[in-house]
Amino acid sequence: MNDMTPTREQREAALEGMGCKRKRVEDVRFTQGKGQYVDDLKLPGMVFGDFVRSPYPHAKITKIDATEALKIPGVIAVLTAEDLKGVNLAWMPTLAGDVQMVLADGKVLYQNQEVAFVVAEDRYIADDAIQLVEVEYEELPVLVDPFKSMDPDAPVLRPDLEGKTEGAHGPRKHHNHIFNWEVGDEDETAKAFAEADVTINEMISYHRTHPSPLETCQCVASMDKVKGELTVWGTFQAPHVIRTVASLLSTIPEHKIHVIAPDIGGGFGNKVGAYPGYICSIVASIVTGVPVKWVEDRMENLSTTSFARDYHMTTEIAAKSDGTVTGLKVHVLADHGGFDACADPSKWPAGFFNIVTGSYDFPAAHLSVDGVYTNKAPGGVAYRCSFRVTEAAYCIERAMDILAQKLDMDPADLRMKNFVKADQFPYQSALGWEYDSGDYHTAMQKAMDTIGYRELRAEQKAKQEAFKRGETREIMGIGVSFFTEIVGAGPSKNCDILGVAMFDSAEIRVHPTGSVISRMGTKSQGQGHETTWAQIIATEIGIPAADIMVEEGNTDTAPYGLGTYGSRSTPVAGAAIALAARKIRNKAQMIAAHMLEVSEYDLEWDIDGFQVKGNPEARKSMKEIAWAAYHAPPPNMEPGLEAVSYYDPPNMTYPFGAYFCVMDIDVDTGVASTRRFYALDDCGTRINPMIIEGQVHGGLTEAFAIAMGQEIRYDEMGNVLGASFMDFFIPTAVETPHWETDHTVTPSPHHPIGAKGVGESPNVGGVPAFSNAVNDAFQFLGSTHIQMPHDSWRVWQAAKDLGAHG
Amino acid sequence: MIPGEFTYHRPSSVAEAIAILASHGDEARPLSGGHSLIPMMKLRMAAPEHLVDLGGIADLKGISEDGGTITIGCMTTQHELIGSDLLADKLPIIRETSLLIADPQIRYMGTLGGNVANGDPGNDMPGLMQCLGATYVLTGPDGDREVAARDFYEAAYFTALAPEEILTAVKIPAPPAGHGYAYEKLKRKVGDYATAAAAVVLTMTGGTVASCSIALTNVADTPLHAADASDILTGSTLDASTIASAVAAAEAITDPASDGRGPAEYRTKMAGIMMQRALARAAERASA
Ligand SMILES: Cc1cc2nc3c(=O)[nH]c(=O)nc-3n(C[C@H](O)[C@H](O)[C@H](O)COP(=O)(O)OP(=O)(O)OC[C@H]3O[C@@H](n4cnc5c(N)ncnc54)[C@H](O)[C@@H]3O)c2cc1C
Repeated sequence: MNDMTPTREQREAALEGMGCKRKRVEDVRFTQGKGQYVDDLKLPGMVFGDFVRSPYPHAKITKIDATEALKIPGVIAVLTAEDLKGVNLAWMPTLAGDVQMVLADGKVLYQNQEVAFVVAEDRYIADDAIQLVEVEYEELPVLVDPFKSMDPDAPVLRPDLEGKTEGAHGPRKHHNHIFNWEVGDEDETAKAFAEADVTINEMISYHRTHPSPLETCQCVASMDKVKGELTVWGTFQAPHVIRTVASLLSTIPEHKIHVIAPDIGGGFGNKVGAYPGYICSIVASIVTGVPVKWVEDRMENLSTTSFARDYHMTTEIAAKSDGTVTGLKVHVLADHGGFDACADPSKWPAGFFNIVTGSYDFPAAHLSVDGVYTNKAPGGVAYRCSFRVTEAAYCIERAMDILAQKLDMDPADLRMKNFVKADQFPYQSALGWEYDSGDYHTAMQKAMDTIGYRELRAEQKAKQEAFKRGETREIMGIGVSFFTEIVGAGPSKNCDILGVAMFDSAEIRVHPTGSVISRMGTKSQGQGHETTWAQIIATEIGIPAADIMVEEGNTDTAPYGLGTYGSRSTPVAGAAIALAARKIRNKAQMIAAHMLEVSEYDLEWDIDGFQVKGNPEARKSMKEIAWAAYHAPPPNMEPGLEAVSYYDPPNMTYPFGAYFCVMDIDVDTGVASTRRFYALDDCGTRINPMIIEGQVHGGLTEAFAIAMGQEIRYDEMGNVLGASFMDFFIPTAVETPHWETDHTVTPSPHHPIGAKGVGESPNVGGVPAFSNAVNDAFQFLGSTHIQMPHDSWRVWQAAKDLGAHG
Repeated sequence: MIPGEFTYHRPSSVAEAIAILASHGDEARPLSGGHSLIPMMKLRMAAPEHLVDLGGIADLKGISEDGGTITIGCMTTQHELIGSDLLADKLPIIRETSLLIADPQIRYMGTLGGNVANGDPGNDMPGLMQCLGATYVLTGPDGDREVAARDFYEAAYFTALAPEEILTAVKIPAPPAGHGYAYEKLKRKVGDYATAAAAVVLTMTGGTVASCSIALTNVADTPLHAADASDILTGSTLDASTIASAVAAAEAITDPASDGRGPAEYRTKMAGIMMQRALARAAERASA
C-alpha cells in the first residue's frame, strides 16, 4: 500500500455515517434565508383567501350578507357554508371519527371560528373585504368549564349529533359527551386500593397550550381544469395522507392530486390535521380556476388551528408503606373543544395515554377517559410528543412526587424502588404495552451522581431552615422526572389513520457514478432528516453522506408514508431506510462477486465495499460496484441499483430519560429561576449526537415554556385570551435556562439499527421536571399540588395561600 | 393583521406637519417609530386615514443641556437615549429604564416622543418622566405650550395633547449630582410591558432622605406619581416601618387591570415590591 491509500479510519470518517456529528446540510439554505416555504411560492394569476371569523364563542348565525364586500374592486368571491354544500364540503371528517364544520353551518362553536372565506386579488383587499361582510349572530349560552359540560342543563353544543347515542368510540352518555375509553383491570385495581397501606388522590390538570410553530399553517391550491389535476402546496407533516383525504373528499382521483410539502418552518403537531383553510383554498381554486393562497396569521394560528393538552387527570396511587406501588387509577376529563379533531391513530381516542404507568412496575392499573365538547377551538394534537404521552408522563411523574411526600420518602428513591428492572424487559405493562428495552436504574443513578443529588437536597434543607428563620425570601426546589415514552406509531396491528396502516417507507437509488437519491414517506419540519437519513444510508451502503441526496414531501415522487410526528420518523422510516439500503448492499454483493470472480459467500463487507475474506487487497468499492450495476451487471441480473422498503414495525419503541431541575423561587414576586437543568436521554442508537442535542435543547425550551406560563386561556365568557406572542409565552434566549445534556444507550432490540427516536422526549420529560421543581419548593410549607402553568403570579398566589407572605 | 387604507405624509418641517394634522383633525396621527401605532393599526384598533411621519424633520432629534435643564427632541430613539454620554452622566436612570424597554430592534425605532405621547399605561417613559418632574413641549398652530408630565395623562390613550399638536420635546430638570436612582420593572419576558414597575430618584444627607420622587408604571390606566409615598419617605432614614407605610400609600393609589400578567391584587403588590427594591437600590447609589 502506498501512503495515499486511506486507512480504515479515514474511509470510515469519509462516510460521515451513523454516530458522526455531521453538520446539518439543510441549514446551509435555512441560515441564508434561502429556504422555500409555502409563502415563498408565487404563481401567475394567484389570488388570496382569508377568513371572516366569529367574535362569539357560541351563537346562531341568522344572516350572512356579502353584498358590500363584493363591491370592493378586486374581491372575487365570498364563500359560505351554503356554497360548500354544493360540493358536499360544508363539513369534513376529522381524524378522530367526528365531523367538523369547514365554514360555520348555522352556528359557531368557538371564538374565531371560520364563518366565510373571502377571495381577493391581494391580501390587503381580502382583509378590507372581511370588515364589510355582515354577519348576524344570535348569542347562545356558553360552555367553557369542561367539568360542567355534562351537567343535565348544559347547553347543547352539537345539534347535528342529536339522538346519536353511539359515537366513533362507543356509547355517548350526554349530549356533550364524545367518548369514554377504558383500559385495564378495574377489579384488580380496586383490590389493590382496598389492600393498600397508603393511597393518594389528586386532580392534576395539564392546561391548554399550543404548538405555535414559527411558520403558521398555509397552502396554495391550484386546480388545472383542463387536465383535471389539483396541486396543493402546503404545510403538511403528513402529505401523503392529506392527498388520500383530499381525494376521498373531492372525488378527484388520487393520481390527479399532487400534494407537495416544501420546506416547513416547524410543526410540532400543528400541521398534522386538515384545516378549513386548506379545504376552502381548494374549493376556491376549483371555483375560480386560478391558484389560491391562504396564510394564517399568528392570532389565527394560536386561536383556531389545533391546540394541545387540556387534560384533567384525577390520579390515585395505592402503595405499601415501604413505598412499593400496587395500583394506579386514573380518570381523565378531556376537553376537546367544539369538535373532536384530535390527531391520533384512528382507534385511539386518547392516544397512547395508557402509557400512564410510566417507568414503574404497577401490578394493577385502570384508566378511564371521557372526552367532552366545550365552546373552545378543536384540536388536541400531540405538541412535540407522541399521542397524549406528555399528559401521561406529567400525570404519573407528578403523582409519584405526591406519593413520596405522603410516605415521607425521597422522590428519587421512591422511583428507584419502583422502576421496571433491566431484566424484566420486554416488559408487559398493566395497561397493555410491551416495553421493548430499558435500563432505568443505571440512567437514574448516573443522573443523580452527575447532578450531585444528595448535596442538593442538603442545601435545600439548609435553605428551608434559613427561610423559616426569616433570613431569606428565596426557596429552592429540586424537580425529579423519569419518563418512559412510547413512540414510533406504529404497528399495523394497532395503528392506522382513517384505515391506512401506519407504516413508513424509503426508496434509494444509487446512480452509475455512485451518488444517491433517496426519498422517504416522512417529512422534516426542522428535524434534520436530510442530514440523518443520509447518515444511515452512508453507514449501510458505504457511500459518503455528502453524496446522498434526501428528498421528502412530494407525493408524486416519494413513496407513500404516514409522515412525521409522534417521534415516528426514526423508529419507522429510519428502519425502512436501513432495510432498503440492505437490499442494495445484498445486490451489490452479488455484483462484486461477479466482478471479483468469487462466490458471494467468499465476500465480506468492509466499510465502503466488499473484500474477499482473507484477502482484503481483492476488493470492490461501492462506487465501482455502482458503475458495474449499470455498465456490466452479472448475467441474468437486472441492471440498476435501487430498492424500496415499506416497514411495518413489530412494536413501538420506548425511549426514556432522567431529568433534574434545580430552581430558586422568590416568594415575594413569584419569579422562579432555573439554576440548573440536567437531561439524560436514552434513545437507543444515536445517529447524529449533535442533532440529538439540538432536538433536546429545543424540546426542553418548549417544556420550560409550557410549565412556566405558556397557555391558551379562555375567560368565563368564552373569549380566547393570550392568542398573540405578547401574551403567549415563547421564551427568548434571555429566559431560557442553560441545558446540560447526557445519555445512556440501550438499543431497541426490534429496530434494524436499534434507534428509538428522541425529538419529543425533552418535552415529555421536561414539563414534569419543571413542575415538580416548583411543587417541591413549596412542599415544606405544606403544599401537595400546585397546578400548572407556573407563571409568576400563580407562584406568588401559591406562596400567599401557604402563608409565605407573613 | 393588515391595516386599513391610509395616506402617508412625510413633511420636512414642524410647521408643515402641524398644517397637515390641523387640516385632517381626528383622522390624522403623527407617526414616529411606529412601534405602538402600527401594531394597533394591524389589529385595526386604530385606523387613521392620514399618517404624518415625523422622521423627515431633522430638528426633532437630539439631546442638549442648558442651565440645569436637559432637553430631548421627541424623535430621539430609545437606542439613542441608551448611547448618550450626557444622559449617562446627568440622568443615568433614563439609560437604565430604556434598557428595560422591549428589545434592541424596537429600541432602534421607538422614540421618546412616541413613548410619552402614546398614552398607553404600559409604556415605561411616562412614569419615569413623572418621577423626574419633566415637562412636555406641545407645538400646535398657535405655537408652543408646556404641560407637566404629572398633568399630561388623563386615561388610557387620553392625554392633554390636542389632535393638531405635536409633542416636540421633553424638558427634564437635572437632579443634583450624587442623587440615587433606580428603575425596577417586573415583566414576564424580554419584550413584555411591566407587570408593575417603579421609578425612584432621591437624595440623601447624613443617612436621611433629603428629597424623594417616586412614580409607578402600568398599575392604573395612567402612570402614577406617588406623591404621598414620596412625602412619607422624605426626612426618614428609610427604616422598615416608614418604608412599609410608604409602600401602603403607593399601593393605595394603584388600580391595575387583571390580565395575563396577573390579577389586580398581584399587580398592586408587585408595585409595592418594585418600589421597595428601587428604593433600596437608589439609597445604595446615593452619595452621603
Ligand atoms: C413587542 C413590543 C414591546 C414593547 N415593549 C415596551 C416596553 O416594555 N416599554 C415601553 O415603554 N414600550 C414598549 N414598546 C413600545 C415602544 O417603546 C414604542 O416604540 C413606543 O411606545 C412608541 O414610540 P414610537 O416612536 O414607536 O411611536 P409611534 O408608534 O409612532 O406612535 C405612538 C403614538 O403616539 C403618537 N405620537 C408619536 N409621536 C408623537 C409626537 N411626537 N407627538 C404627538 N404624538 C405622537 C402617535 O400618533 C401614536 O398615537 C413595545 C413595543 C413592541 C412592539
